[in-house]
Amino acid sequence: MKTFVYIDHFKGEVQPASWEALGLAKSFGTAVALVFGTGVDEVAKAAVEFGADEVLVADDSSLTDYRAEVYASTLSALASSQSPNLILFPTTARTREMAAMSAVDLNTGVLTDVSALEVNGESFIATRPIYEGKVLEKTVCSGKPVMATIRGRAFPKPNREEGKSGTITKVSAAGEAKSTVEGYSASESAVNLGDAPVIVSGGRGVSNNPNITPPAGMDEKQAEVWRAQQGFALITDLATLLGGAVGASRAAVDGGYITYAHQVGQTGKVVAPDLYIAAGISGAIQHLVGMRNAKLIVAINKDADAPIFKQARYGVVGDLFQILPALTEAMKKKLGK
Amino acid sequence: MKIIACIKQVPDSEAKVRAEGGQVSWGDAPLVINPFDEYAVEGALQQKEASGGTVTALCVGTESAKEALKHALAMGADEAILVSDAALNDLDTVGAAKVLAAAIQKIGGADMVVFGRQTLDNGAGLTPAQTARVLGWPMLGLAGQIKVDGGSVTVERVLEEGRQSMKANLPAVLSVVQSIGEPRYPSFMGIRKASKATIPVWSLSDLGASAPAPIVTRTELMNPPAQETATEMITGETPAEIAEKLADKIIAEKVL
Ligand SMILES: Cc1cc2nc3c(=O)[nH]c(=O)nc-3n(C[C@H](O)[C@H](O)[C@H](O)COP(=O)(O)OP(=O)(O)OC[C@H]3O[C@@H](n4cnc5c(N)ncnc54)[C@H](O)[C@@H]3O)c2cc1C
Ligand SMILES: Cc1cc2nc3c(=O)[nH]c(=O)nc-3n(C[C@H](O)[C@H](O)[C@H](O)COP(=O)(O)OP(=O)(O)OC[C@H]3O[C@@H](n4cnc5c(N)ncnc54)[C@H](O)[C@@H]3O)c2cc1C
Repeated sequence: MKTFVYIDHFKGEVQPASWEALGLAKSFGTAVALVFGTGVDEVAKAAVEFGADEVLVADDSSLTDYRAEVYASTLSALASSQSPNLILFPTTARTREMAAMSAVDLNTGVLTDVSALEVNGESFIATRPIYEGKVLEKTVCSGKPVMATIRGRAFPKPNREEGKSGTITKVSAAGEAKSTVEGYSASESAVNLGDAPVIVSGGRGVSNNPNITPPAGMDEKQAEVWRAQQGFALITDLATLLGGAVGASRAAVDGGYITYAHQVGQTGKVVAPDLYIAAGISGAIQHLVGMRNAKLIVAINKDADAPIFKQARYGVVGDLFQILPALTEAMKKKLGK
Repeated sequence: MKIIACIKQVPDSEAKVRAEGGQVSWGDAPLVINPFDEYAVEGALQQKEASGGTVTALCVGTESAKEALKHALAMGADEAILVSDAALNDLDTVGAAKVLAAAIQKIGGADMVVFGRQTLDNGAGLTPAQTARVLGWPMLGLAGQIKVDGGSVTVERVLEEGRQSMKANLPAVLSVVQSIGEPRYPSFMGIRKASKATIPVWSLSDLGASAPAPIVTRTELMNPPAQETATEMITGETPAEIAEKLADKIIAEKVL
């Protein structure tokens, strides 16, 4: 059994679920890691250390910026010449696109957001969520190779063996790009909700603190956003202490408190961290579908009737501006940080 | 500009969806336009307003999907087309992309085809890129902002790593996300127009296409394990006391 594992990275920063995919591939047999881009030697080396039997590196100027078309063509060419049984990807915005296109080239299909994958003779049976995770399906792909994008944190991460040596083979890029990347905006920092073990999220309630006075000269909307930013600072403190990421409800995003990349829920990200702390979030269904598979859910809300409490294992009825800093302090002490 | 917005009809997100007897059931919950596709229609209408032209809403689905198309018409789309055929049972995303591409060709092509990010039901999020691949057009995915300039289009892609500005020549396939702006509410005039509209229904033979053979198929449906819902409320005299207790509880769960 030969599996290709596509190592997804952004400017050399690898999506951790790529390694989880590599671990899964190893459990089926031979794992060949694919690394595309320029100046990606470190990524290739890491792939060896995480257990790849071989790494195929396509280092070409056409691959410097991710463009779905060239990445897909390069993948399709490699799959055609080497005939893997399976191609695994971490589920990301990029891999959804390139896997989608490559499946068209190879006349096969893609199983997305896979949380379990069983081998049955020559075929693979994937478990994946449908209807926003309200139902699960088992699904198969009759094409060859089978392509699957795996959900982050659903499969164990293999150990890294520093300094391990292995076979790194150069391969060529294929196909033509159909777009140009004009630039990146640096104003937003990376938000990796999918891989975060802990997420602390804030909602509309984060702007509700009458006890702090915004700087003079602000209109009502500016004052609201300013208050919310003080609230998100408390959320960030706790998230940072716990090694986690900051999430948000849509009301917080729509209110301009925080960027869309942080949004959890139906039209944002679906996440399943070990710990999810919701502060000032009421618990609308569109938010719940994004986080209810977290292992442990804690809710802080000043309204005892907020629906979020029905989903939570632990609840605190109180003002997040008082509870959050106290919780950060208590955690600091107890975790010895 | 000739713009096509691709939309799907799905059960409302408030629906209680269950697997029952090998079928998905959503009780008597209404079927609605896929929420992401409302953004697609909104994005398409914004471009029509900016550059002139027409917006056509396109859907592959059953007869009931005319309601979702009417929603797009009520929002302001100029026309709507339904592709429906009994032979389209078990369509997978590659199949849907081939059928959509054939319909786009029959419409006479377009300058821009706008998709949603993902559907609420199957939710593969593959159809836009696959349609682009079948058509051989550039794919600009996850756009939060669209700007057309002559024969080219630039989008701000909303990625986890930040925003990325990407440019391609028209015709192009786009998918949009929530940052494009809130979908407009159907106007009174729009609703009247939509209720009177006759929506053409194209079969596969109208498209000169055969039913794509399904490659991805479902073998089993399951309900997720019932979730533990026993909520324990943490109380105390002061925030510090509550925090102290809560911290102990969280640490005892060994999730950190
Ligand atoms: C098609 C569609 C898609 C959607 N997608 C999403 C999505 O992806 N994600 C999402 O989150 N929502 C989504 N929504 C919106 C969703 O329906 C809710 O409107 C939204 O989740 C509400 O956000 P919230 O809980 O922050 O705000 P609210 O519902 O206004 O709740 C604020 C909460 O904060 C509490 N509060 C106020 N002040 C304090 C304080 N000082 N301390 C503690 N608690 C306080 C209040 O008691 C209240 O419960 C979607 C809606 C639609 C129609
Ligand atoms: C078991 C099964 C049986 C099915 N049976 C039928 C059937 O009998 N008849 C039928 O018509 N469909 C059927 N479908 C649905 C069809 O397969 C989907 O439309 C297609 O596979 C799209 O996949 P998705 O929902 O994951 O879309 P995604 O890839 O998540 O969609 C992304 C975007 O593509 C666009 N899009 C997706 N689907 C459509 C569509 N249908 N029309 C226009 N735009 C679209 C939207 O803009 C959407 O936001 C079936 C699906 C399954 C899983």
